[in-house]
Amino acid sequence: MFEYAPAPESRSVVDIAPSYGLFIDGEFVSPASSGGVFKTVNPATEEVLAEVSTAGPEDVDRAVAAARRAAGPWSALPGAERAKYLFRIARIVQERSRELAVLESLDNGKPIRESRDVDLPLAAAHFFYYAGWADKLRHAGFGDNPRPLGVAAQVIPWNFPMLMLAWKIAPALATGNTVVLKPAETTPLSALFFADVCRQAELPPGVVNIVTGAGETGRTLVEHAGVDKVAFTGSTEVGRQIARSVAGTRKRLTLELGGKAANIVFDDAPIDQAVEGIVNGIFFNQGHVCCAGSRLLIQESVYDEVIEALKRRMATLRVGDPLDKNTDIGAINSAEQLARIRTLSDIGAEEGAERWSPPCELPAQGFWFAPTIFTGVTQAHRIAREEIFGPVLSVLTFRTPAEAIEKANNTPYGLSAGIWTEKGSQILAVADKLRAGVVWANTFNKFDPTSPFGGYKESGYGREGGRHGLEAYLA
Amino acid sequence: MADVSRPGGAGRLAVRKTYKLFIGGAFPRSESGRTYLVDGDNVVLASRKDARDAVVAARAAQPKWAGATAYNRGQVLYRVAEMLEARHAEFVARGVAAAEVDAAIDRWVWYAGWADKIAQVHGGANPVAGPFFNLSAPEPTGVVAVVAPPSFLGLVSVIAPAIVTGNTVVVLAAAPQAAVTLAEVLATSDVPGGVVNILTGHAAEVAPWLASHDDVNALDLTGVTDPALAADLERSAAGSLKRVVRPSAEAADFTADPGLGAMTALLETKTVWHPKGF
Repeated sequence: MFEYAPAPESRSVVDIAPSYGLFIDGEFVSPASSGGVFKTVNPATEEVLAEVSTAGPEDVDRAVAAARRAAGPWSALPGAERAKYLFRIARIVQERSRELAVLESLDNGKPIRESRDVDLPLAAAHFFYYAGWADKLRHAGFGDNPRPLGVAAQVIPWNFPMLMLAWKIAPALATGNTVVLKPAETTPLSALFFADVCRQAELPPGVVNIVTGAGETGRTLVEHAGVDKVAFTGSTEVGRQIARSVAGTRKRLTLELGGKAANIVFDDAPIDQAVEGIVNGIFFNQGHVCCAGSRLLIQESVYDEVIEALKRRMATLRVGDPLDKNTDIGAINSAEQLARIRTLSDIGAEEGAERWSPPCELPAQGFWFAPTIFTGVTQAHRIAREEIFGPVLSVLTFRTPAEAIEKANNTPYGLSAGIWTEKGSQILAVADKLRAGVVWANTFNKFDPTSPFGGYKESGYGREGGRHGLEAYLA
Repeated sequence: MADVSRPGGAGRLAVRKTYKLFIGGAFPRSESGRTYLVDGDNVVLASRKDARDAVVAARAAQPKWAGATAYNRGQVLYRVAEMLEARHAEFVARGVAAAEVDAAIDRWVWYAGWADKIAQVHGGANPVAGPFFNLSAPEPTGVVAVVAPPSFLGLVSVIAPAIVTGNTVVVLAAAPQAAVTLAEVLATSDVPGGVVNILTGHAAEVAPWLASHDDVNALDLTGVTDPALAADLERSAAGSLKRVVRPSAEAADFTADPGLGAMTALLETKTVWHPKGF
């Protein structure tokens, strides 16, 4: 294979301040108690990008109070006027998407190809889509006079920082709620950039507030008595804690949690497309995807053919500099996540699965993990049961559709699934029996603001996106 | 009277605008060479041939416009609002009340948002008895001929709901200066040529040709005030079984919430069946 010359995106298109405050009531402010700062690093180089403030209880109080003050006037605006603010935000996100894409790749480690072509266009599209709902809520099927809940506490993960922000903020604002959002501690920069987008759009102060910090800040926010709604995307374990903490309160809750999606390849599948879908399913965004197709189920009769094609395809994946436009797989988001991926992968090998990675030189600095598959995996293996959240694929086999369905559903999760077969009736019959919120047929990892996304079982409750996504924010 | 765009300075004669037709994204004169005077402005008087040219342009543009993603169509309609906002003063100078221009801009924004939502509200999965997957989704009717009401907001209120879902339109405009100025907005708004075609002239003269045209799929008579003419046009439309939007019995209130009717009247519903089974 020939080598491409490096094609790096310039990082000079975006300015990163040495330090950031919290965005409360339309202003960047210092945290109330000093000492609360942490560093966010570029996971590809371990370079410190900026110092960010930790919001303590007083700061969260202030942010919730600001959101509460803003909630009345914001919800009283005619829907058409709220719509226009959201359209403005959508436009600004579009206009500034190059800056945001670079910022996202720097802070998160994801390839610029993905932040530029997936995260940012989808984020803008979500604002456009929900902008249009703001003045159409009575047509949405949730009653004649749907009303906002009030203040939404929103906690988002590090895998798609800007996209998750859009998923959370766009429907909340469209329905007349105000928000306090906490981005993940390893990827706060795009949310802080977004604070500036809100100012540029002249969004009324307090409608969007951004508080940064780690798990403790998130806990303080979701447990705050002044919030009416909690929306969380992240791990199932934290989701459980949040569900416990809001129990007995009047707070509404939606959770988008983990997954262990089965990607089922039947013997009549278009193999080349299936292999592309498998690769996209597990190696997109370094596998840091809750709906990643991390369990590959192959019908026995095509097992050898699929595995051979998959290995051949994996050998062409380029791992390295996230800002290089040729890069397919960027850096693992944090040292902590890298350690988790390594631990689970080692357990996979110890438990008897066969490990394989293509020849692949990893950079010396930063957090890296080569794309990896495990074959000979059984349902008892931990790598078949636990979410690894990295570029690691477990391969299992099956003989009949019934066995494939049985194995696919043999998980506490139920976020997504994939089906590969040329037979339309089989797609629909299998889809009927899969206990998963999103089922992709002959494709994988497709997202669109018009389409509801969310999980069955322990993958959480509620749906984001589409008409259904409005429900979580309406009384 | 006509020099509303800019006062002539001392000793300077203002340049006047010729109000031309808008067909296929271009601004032709009438093939008939006719014009008429409206408030001192020369306006092109559309002929039967112009109407037929406009239908050809609308038909040519329709498949691609309908095939564009709903997201894309929404973006284009929103762009119309942006461009209209920028030319607010010009419409006011043409005699449209500022509040009416505002309402027209907001109406484009409202319809822009419907592009990717109408299928969710007006379609969906049908729970059929049997091992079948069955989904109904709205599709555009095709080419829509519109006799537009005289107000600017009325004009926008008949064009936007027709095109947002993927139809293309041939519009007979009643207030020609504002309509042609809107055409100039559309021409600079990424609306593909042929999606909106605007004819100026006498509805009673041109509309019958559109009503009886076999390549027009729907006829919107919202702007027809003469009940006898409306009935004639509706009878003509029966020849090719056009969908007809009748004029409302009372004077239409375009400032009211438009609801979904203006869109759904110009939609077909397609139901797709597929078996389920191993």
